[in-house]
Amino acid sequence: MNGDLHDLGVADIGRALREHRCSSVELTQHLLTRLSNHASLGTLLASDADKALAEARAADATLARGEAGPLTGVPLAHKDIFVTDHARTGLPSTAGSKMLAGYASPFDATVVARLAAAGTVTLGKLNCDEFAMGSSNENSAYGPACNPWNPLRVPGGSSGGSAAAVAARLLPAATGTDTGGSIRQPASFCGITGIKPTYGVCSRYGMIAFASSLDQAGPMARSAEDCALLLSAMSGFDERDATSAERPPQDYHAQMLQARPGASAARPLQGLRIGLPREFFPPALAADVNSAVGGALAELEKLGASLVDVSLPRTELSIPVYYIIAPAEASSNLGRFDGVKFGHRAAQYTDLMDMYKKTRSEGFGPEVKRRIMIGTYVLSHGYYDAYYLQAQKLRRMIADDFQACFSQGSQGCDVIAGPVAPTVAWKIGEQGDDPLQAYLADIFTLPASLAGLPGMSVPAGFGAHGMPVGLQLIGNYFDEATLLQTAHALQQATDFHSRRPA
Amino acid sequence: MALTLADVSRIAHLARLELSNADEALMLAQLNGFFGIVEQMRAVDTRGVEPLYTPLSAVHAAGLRLRDDVVTEVDQREANQKSAPTVEDGLFLVPKVIE
Repeated sequence: MNGDLHDLGVADIGRALREHRCSSVELTQHLLTRLSNHASLGTLLASDADKALAEARAADATLARGEAGPLTGVPLAHKDIFVTDHARTGLPSTAGSKMLAGYASPFDATVVARLAAAGTVTLGKLNCDEFAMGSSNENSAYGPACNPWNPLRVPGGSSGGSAAAVAARLLPAATGTDTGGSIRQPASFCGITGIKPTYGVCSRYGMIAFASSLDQAGPMARSAEDCALLLSAMSGFDERDATSAERPPQDYHAQMLQARPGASAARPLQGLRIGLPREFFPPALAADVNSAVGGALAELEKLGASLVDVSLPRTELSIPVYYIIAPAEASSNLGRFDGVKFGHRAAQYTDLMDMYKKTRSEGFGPEVKRRIMIGTYVLSHGYYDAYYLQAQKLRRMIADDFQACFSQGSQGCDVIAGPVAPTVAWKIGEQGDDPLQAYLADIFTLPASLAGLPGMSVPAGFGAHGMPVGLQLIGNYFDEATLLQTAHALQQATDFHSRRPA
Repeated sequence: MALTLADVSRIAHLARLELSNADEALMLAQLNGFFGIVEQMRAVDTRGVEPLYTPLSAVHAAGLRLRDDVVTEVDQREANQKSAPTVEDGLFLVPKVIE
């Protein structure tokens, strides 16, 4: 094979390996070298070359026996919010936090175990905002990751290392997690494709918890097709996650390729109704984002879809609702970090209370502390009803607003579309000490997260400073197939997803 | 209703965090900035609306599964204690709690 192995996507790699045009060892070696040559992007937190190469050799043996599946021998890396069995992989699990520096997990997250069972080769762990709290990767205790389209700009977050590594062709794919937009927004900022499935589709077992009623894993890759292949392997019922959806295994790739009734080669999306919430196109939306998203929507119309006006009237309220609920759950989940059973413990303390306080103050970064403070306050005696309960009631209203769009018989829409973020990626350090700026920029991804609906970011073009812009697609519960079909059709007709940074 | 420095100290104690005076002042400003956008949420009439604690309960009745009451995990004490700050004879060590 020629020297452009790193340009191959997941589906391409699967074919090249099964046709013996390259080996998994060759690919693994090539990408490990690329990762180390591009260390300045700050995407990789840990890798173990020997263990990765051993996995690649095992995959090559499976391929030689003709027993390979679509992902056998495909190299990828995991967001460092998934725990990886230290004995098996040699990799620590840090959640981007000093609190878990060097943490050696005794087990694999279910998503990690399933991708390993599918024959993928783990190249390492990827940078992310601390405990997945952030939208720029600047909250990582291990330094920011850079956007490969312009290293002075953020890759987005919290799955920033995943998005940057895939966009820079250091990896064909990576895992991510999305609590309030952490797959979709970095995918948009870096010009790659990412899907957050319906809450409950991927097991949360072994995903270091941030906000348990919102956290959901998903694939980040360069095309809808690659995401479909990965999601099929990652997803499925898991008895170890109490909120896992009890459904049979899904072949998202086959579902994606299924022709719609009345579709033709030129109009694959014939009959598809795409709702455009007017609240997703406010006057404050950056003109470059508006124009790229508009271009992608016009393309979808040419492919047979019709665009309909809908309303999600509580879009703006989703910001306070999310930033009450997520910190409340975080403050509870992060109570476990007390310096006793795992993680950091302060060196100096006077008694048990002092040990807890010093350990937590040293181990957590500023954004994590802020969210713990907000969460502790809104759950505290006398404030619970006014904040937490009120937010959960509004969350129901937000979920109902979506159902009103989806279920109006023939007038209902199949997909909702809009921008992922109000602007392109901002400069590293630009937001300074004002966390509110970043919270407000989450406006378009939070509603689907609160409702638990599947959402996707698909490259739609480029905006100011040559930075990528993503189109967000939101589907009804468990209708990942329609999102993937829509994205795939767009990617057959456009080449934004295959553009790469210089 | 704005928070005060005393509120910040009380919340930090509940959260088992120790903040310096400078950190408390910054935290106060940031929390008050945040709760400024929360006010619009408090004004919405939500009487009679059921809270949505977990999203899939919007789709179907979400019940908790029960599993058989049998041992499913093997003893992995050594692996589980590998990342503990201090361990002795298989026990986690903490500062003296009872005099």
